[in-house]
Amino acid sequence: MTEYCLPALALVMACLLALGVLAALTGPRLAYWGSLALCGTGAVAVLIYLIGGARAGSILVPFGLAGQPSVLALDGVSGFFMLLLMLAGAAATAAALDDHNRGPGTEDGTDNATAPAFPIFLGGMALTLLAGDAFALLAGFEAMSLASFALVLTHHRQPPVRAAGLLYLGMASLSALCLIAALALLSAHGASFSAMRARPPEGVRAAFVLALVLIGAGAKAGLAPLHVWLPPAHAAAPGPVSALMSGAMTKMAIYVMIRLLFDLSGPAQPIWWALPLLAMGVGSAVLGAFRANIETDVKTILACSTIENVGLVVVGLGLAMAARAADLSALAGLALGASLLHAFGHGLFKTVLFLGAGAIQHATLTRKLQRLGGLASRMPITTGCMILAAASLAGLPPSAGFASEWMLLQTVLGAVRLGGLGLQIMICVLAAGVVLAMALAASAAVRLIGVALLGRPRSAEAATAAEAGPPLRWAVLSLSCLVLMIGLFPGAVLDLAEPALRLLATGTMAERAGFMSITPTAEAPGYTAIAVLALLGLAGFAVMAVLRARAVAGHRTGPAWDCGLGAPPPWLPFGDPRLQYAGGSFAQPLRRVLGGTLLATTATLDMPPPGDPRPATYHETETDPAETALFQPTARLRTELTRFADRMQFLTVRQILTVMFGLLIGLLAFVALVEQL
Amino acid sequence: MSTLAGISAVAGVLVLLLHVALMLAAAPIVLGLAHRLKARLSGRIGPPITQRLLDLSRLLRKQPVVADGTSWVFRAAPLASLAATLAAASLVPSFALGMATAPFADLLTIAGLLALSRAAMALAAMDTGTAFGGIGASRAMMFSVFAEPAFFMVVFTLALLAGTTNLDTIATLIHSGTFGLRISMALALVATGVVMLVECGRIPVDNPAGHLELAMMHEAMVLEYSGRHLAMIELSGALRLLVWFSLIGVMFAPFGIAPRDADGASLAPWLWAVGMMAWIVKVAAMTLALAVFETTRAKMRVFRVPEMLGMALLLGLLAVIFLFVSQGFA
Repeated sequence: MTEYCLPALALVMACLLALGVLAALTGPRLAYWGSLALCGTGAVAVLIYLIGGARAGSILVPFGLAGQPSVLALDGVSGFFMLLLMLAGAAATAAALDDHNRGPGTEDGTDNATAPAFPIFLGGMALTLLAGDAFALLAGFEAMSLASFALVLTHHRQPPVRAAGLLYLGMASLSALCLIAALALLSAHGASFSAMRARPPEGVRAAFVLALVLIGAGAKAGLAPLHVWLPPAHAAAPGPVSALMSGAMTKMAIYVMIRLLFDLSGPAQPIWWALPLLAMGVGSAVLGAFRANIETDVKTILACSTIENVGLVVVGLGLAMAARAADLSALAGLALGASLLHAFGHGLFKTVLFLGAGAIQHATLTRKLQRLGGLASRMPITTGCMILAAASLAGLPPSAGFASEWMLLQTVLGAVRLGGLGLQIMICVLAAGVVLAMALAASAAVRLIGVALLGRPRSAEAATAAEAGPPLRWAVLSLSCLVLMIGLFPGAVLDLAEPALRLLATGTMAERAGFMSITPTAEAPGYTAIAVLALLGLAGFAVMAVLRARAVAGHRTGPAWDCGLGAPPPWLPFGDPRLQYAGGSFAQPLRRVLGGTLLATTATLDMPPPGDPRPATYHETETDPAETALFQPTARLRTELTRFADRMQFLTVRQILTVMFGLLIGLLAFVALVEQL
Repeated sequence: MSTLAGISAVAGVLVLLLHVALMLAAAPIVLGLAHRLKARLSGRIGPPITQRLLDLSRLLRKQPVVADGTSWVFRAAPLASLAATLAAASLVPSFALGMATAPFADLLTIAGLLALSRAAMALAAMDTGTAFGGIGASRAMMFSVFAEPAFFMVVFTLALLAGTTNLDTIATLIHSGTFGLRISMALALVATGVVMLVECGRIPVDNPAGHLELAMMHEAMVLEYSGRHLAMIELSGALRLLVWFSLIGVMFAPFGIAPRDADGASLAPWLWAVGMMAWIVKVAAMTLALAVFETTRAKMRVFRVPEMLGMALLLGLLAVIFLFVSQGFA
């Protein structure tokens, strides 16, 4: 049975790509219904494959570089990510089907114009996973990038959307450039993955591969300092698209990273390979989580928290790499298991949150925190699901996020066995950073839910919001149940990841991840989510029973006690929104303590003296350090280069000849030097 | 052998039930004792130590008034908060090791449950829509951002020594004197004490006796609550303090505690009695220390608290690094 899974998935992938072309002719309905059916089929096929033991296999398809077939392959690693892709894809497609979920732009037909890119986006991601050689991998990755670029531009009539799209395209080109170079370095003896595996790169070549993959895949995954494109692009895209970009596409970049660094670069990297991964990972985690506390746009907050979670996944990958280099296979298995579990859980719960954000945007026509609020009683299902998913975001037990973060922290604790005092102290600092990021994420989750969904409505739109339509509601609800189940039975997900762990790290989690509990070492007690839930449930029931027996039942409603904040008067039905705490005020303490160091925040208060009728103003700014340190210098360099090229155009013939002669001499000298080495 | 294992398991459940009953009964008393002691130290007579119990029973007799415009989150949060604190309390041993919950008593899980309780209260505060609730919630979350890394460093220290984050195993190893006295443990103890003050909202971080004072966090969050909701929150707060006391007791001074058998709790009830006496002494000593500390200290400015927590984090880092230097762990 399992041998049919790869052809079935290849067929699903091909159908998705074909569906894009077909939908361009027929209409968006077909694109969404077709994608939904195909994602469902794919999810079933890949689940059968993973449960059936995930035997690696490959097939040849007659599309590729001139005269050569391409290889499509499937193994435990790609199968695991394929399952995530298909589940997130099905939920996002179901949400896209929702008639309500067409934001501004439907009237002029722009939404319909980009609908065909939706199945191509899914198909491109599937091709990335199924690729068995360099060509297929790049083709899939590029199809994914270009289709998502088109989807980001869905509402292209708004200037910020166009700016976000351009930035995204630029970063996608950088990714492609680096990945092409990395794959070229790897495929010195053949472009298929099996040929690369046979002759892994060594020495300087391997170091170049590491750097190129970190830039190429890291930019796509949103790793600091290459994360700048991610928040605006996710905010610009429609709900289902940003759900897919955050839930699935960043995971595809993680997959490429795992494939190229863990699998194709051979099993024997030096331990220092882990250092850039750890540094970028913890940097992204802290910066992303902190920005999630500062931003005031719901989707931007979620996008920043994606940066944080990708950072945590990459920290796990770095620890796995270090453990593999130090021959601690059990620790490598734990680290990789933590990474895969976190990637999986994040892929699903972030999809729920983005779909919920899409529902909020539709219901209230805004994503600004300071115009939301009071949705808990108006959109109860969306609120419940988002609270559930936000518990994962905050890493609260017994959610899915807690299970993977628990495993990651256990890995960090175990990592002190890796080596000397210097490395141990670094691990210590890393641990503080990781926990800081997790705590920041918890604060961001409380802020997001508390301001956007709870309290009183801050605008007329929020006061008249209605629950999302049935397709979106069902998509969010079923995915939330899945997230809940993952939280309660993280061992089951680790079982599905087992083939991947066996492939990448010789140590597996087989004897440490039971159906119920996960343990860091085979004999030690660990974390049992179901027991935590049972304790919570027992405690809750006991309290309820006591209250029922002893306390006065029911409740009355009355005006709030605090400073006479009564029910809103009839002529101002949603009260004065400025009375409530909003996103900016909630973030104020953290901004004041950490903002200066992390985001170079400034606050200027203009307080006119008494008697002056000018209004007092308060103005805040923040700058991402990556922008000042990396992007602005790059932009300046580009301007300089353009000026230089401009000057070169207007040289005299004599000067041009001199330059050419000089270049020739320089190249010859270079060749001579290379010959000498 | 298997009957012995069965008896031990039953003993584990019995100890757990006794432990939970003890924690629930003692939590309001400990708070009452702290208040009484603080009053005596400042020259007043103070309320009787059963005052908190009386308060709770009075609150249960009153019907709660729910603020206008709040949602189901506001009404569900006290239950969630109390359940989470109670679950954490059932994981932290007081008088005997080897409770039925011992395999799940992971330090990170306990920290997570306390965080769950805090998040529930912060959400409820945001749900009231009042600025006062918001200020409390935002400050509570800000403090937690700095407290959690500091506490994780303490967990790191203990996990390095014991090789696991399971509290029961750690306590068993410390109780058997495997590690001896260590400078790292002293540093970790100070760090834990600071985190405890923050998490429980005691002076110098928050004034538990204050009302309507702008520099508060916990009382600000619960301002809109009344009746049985407030009773649950008060109990949850009292329980949190006792959980931290027990945690400090079991992590740093597990003397007197009834050790575990191979399969569960100790089968000797006289050891339980000894453990209970030792626990009462420890908790009373910590309550006295807290009362003296709170009487001699003034409340801090809010933005000094992160600095204090940063100091706790540094102490924790130092504790871990001392362990690296003295033991190697390569």
